[in-house]
Amino acid sequence: MNRSNYLLTGIVGSFALSLFALVLVPQAQLGGLQPQFQDDEGKVVDIYPIENRGIVAGGRAVYISEGCVYCHSQQVRDEQNGTDIDRGWGTRRTVARDYIFDSPPLLGSSRIGPDLANVGSAKWRNEPADENAEYKPAKRDAAWQLLHLYAPNTIIHNSKMPAYRYLFEKRKISGQRSDDALNVAVEDGYEIVPKPEAKELVGYLLSLDKSHPLKEVKTATPEVAAK
Amino acid sequence: MTAVATAPTSTTAPASTAETSYPAIERAAIDASARGPVLFFFGNGILWLMLATVLGIIASIQLYSPGFLADVPFLSYGRIWPAFTNTICFGWGSLAGLGVTIWLLARLGRVKVKFPGVLFTGAVFWQVGLTYGILNILGGKTTGLEGLEIPTGSAVLMLLGYLLVAVWALLLFSFRSQTTPFISVWYLVAALFWFPWSFAMAHAAHVLPNVSGVVQNLVAAWATQNFLNIWLTSIALAAAYYLIPKVVNRPVHSYNLAAIGFWSFIIFTGLTGAVRLSGGPIPAWIVTLSIASSIILLVQIVTVTANLVLTMKGQFHMVYHSPTIRFTFFGAIAFTVSSVIGLLASLRSVDRIVHFTQFQNGEMQLVVYSFFSMVIFGAIYYILPRLVGCEWLSSSMISLHFWGAAYGGTLLVVTLLVGGLMTGAVLNDSDNSVFATVMDTSELLNVGRIAAWLLLGVGHLVFGLHFLLMLLRIGQPGGEPTLFAPIGEEAKH
Repeated sequence: MNRSNYLLTGIVGSFALSLFALVLVPQAQLGGLQPQFQDDEGKVVDIYPIENRGIVAGGRAVYISEGCVYCHSQQVRDEQNGTDIDRGWGTRRTVARDYIFDSPPLLGSSRIGPDLANVGSAKWRNEPADENAEYKPAKRDAAWQLLHLYAPNTIIHNSKMPAYRYLFEKRKISGQRSDDALNVAVEDGYEIVPKPEAKELVGYLLSLDKSHPLKEVKTATPEVAAK
Repeated sequence: MTAVATAPTSTTAPASTAETSYPAIERAAIDASARGPVLFFFGNGILWLMLATVLGIIASIQLYSPGFLADVPFLSYGRIWPAFTNTICFGWGSLAGLGVTIWLLARLGRVKVKFPGVLFTGAVFWQVGLTYGILNILGGKTTGLEGLEIPTGSAVLMLLGYLLVAVWALLLFSFRSQTTPFISVWYLVAALFWFPWSFAMAHAAHVLPNVSGVVQNLVAAWATQNFLNIWLTSIALAAAYYLIPKVVNRPVHSYNLAAIGFWSFIIFTGLTGAVRLSGGPIPAWIVTLSIASSIILLVQIVTVTANLVLTMKGQFHMVYHSPTIRFTFFGAIAFTVSSVIGLLASLRSVDRIVHFTQFQNGEMQLVVYSFFSMVIFGAIYYILPRLVGCEWLSSSMISLHFWGAAYGGTLLVVTLLVGGLMTGAVLNDSDNSVFATVMDTSELLNVGRIAAWLLLGVGHLVFGLHFLLMLLRIGQPGGEPTLFAPIGEEAKH
């Protein structure tokens, strides 16, 4: 064997080692993960997580298409690795099982905006309004999310999020005002209504809830979570 | 052909750059055979660099002023940002890197470039795929995987183009008449082999039905790490190991150090990818393995740095004279800085602060820009006169490019690293509960980032223009390289 054969063997070998350790073994360990079933005397009462369907799947596609992932993560780290739980972004860290139906999971690597792993959870929906903002809705429901997409600054003071006005349309009011028209100032006789993409996106956001207990991870006690 | 005589040093034959042991007339013939494809790769790479610069400027403005271009769907931040990273990595990085690779393999292997049509075809396929991929990203059609946004169809085209180039380049390697293995060749062969497998595996993991969930993220993180820390890094280190000994006219300090550095690099870098998911929803052992591998890589950082610096020893004044050395040595130092920062940032205690902040973006820019791009600029300053037969027109233009790139790149990296540390500190203080105030901490640094991109823009414009003049053969007559200051004048280092 001459020296260049050693070189080629070494290079191929190093790639094989890397592939084995960081791709094949993790896939063998995680590839077969199933949802957690909880049964009560033979009857399944609770399954988590569930597949993304309908409006949730549609909204997920909008989330990907608009590149939300470049500013928002969807993962909660444990107390040793950060203050995510202290900050109220979740009651437990997220684990591989949380993402088995996501292809791909939108974990994100940057937090120019807050983490959204639990943005649809009860805790988030009841988050108090921003005192310094123009509008102060009582709850973070679908109307809040739509308004936030259309004009983030009016509802979160000094928000760094761009306004996604192109997910909405300005329309002449014919007859009655639409049910889903936004509660924002607009010239007389017109209204701002969400396009289907905006509604799907909000449907998806409100579906994001990884607070469901899983047997492999400890959920923080309510006192810690509320801090 | 006058260009062959341009190396001020080609009269002696340093042992580790033994390519100079064959006659100048043969080097000229090899250069002539490589001219077409290498110029094509460089020229196209530089066009992608220009596009990346525009995208980088737009994205930096958007981070300061979120309303900027927010009403144009295909120019919104969520699409500009991935378009930028893909353009600079797959457009500029890969094409310019391949240009350098082809030239080095031909020169070091003492073999002429035959059938250049294969290389042209490969470059065209790559760029058609990439263009289509970037348009898809701007149009909102991406895989959703960070670092692998380009849709699989486009990626397949790119891969086909790449394989034409790489298989052809490896054939060049196997038909070489110069059989002593050089340090640069080790790195180039490693780069050519690793990239396509890593790229193909990562896309396969996204497409195959059985790979669901976070394994996809893990594979994407692995492929991104391989792209930056093996593909780009190998090519730039190959160029640095070639250029520095060549221009300062002495052999590489230690062949053994280089071998230790190479083997530790190639074995352990491929195991570091999971640090990108540190703290995330993957089993802890994977991250621990990657952190341990990052620490072991200290061996490579030390050996490569020592080797290159000791090769330069006593010749540091060359950064004052030679554009090639000024760019390349800047890049070599940036390699050390970026590797040390990468190692520190992989430690859990540091990662918990800097994870999810612009610090990680700063690490990427250090590798792609301050290290890789600066070395490649140095290589282009060295190679181009040998291909076109005249010397660079103006040392002031080279100087302007250097300062734009050096100050701009450094300012960019510093604003990202410092901004990341500042937001990370606030983010990890849970008393600071209002998220919007977290981002306020780095407002000033966002302004610095815009300034950095404008400086880079000036540097790149000057460089692009200078390159164009060279293509048009508007330069100084061949014979003596264009230097910042004549050698022999007392260096003021």
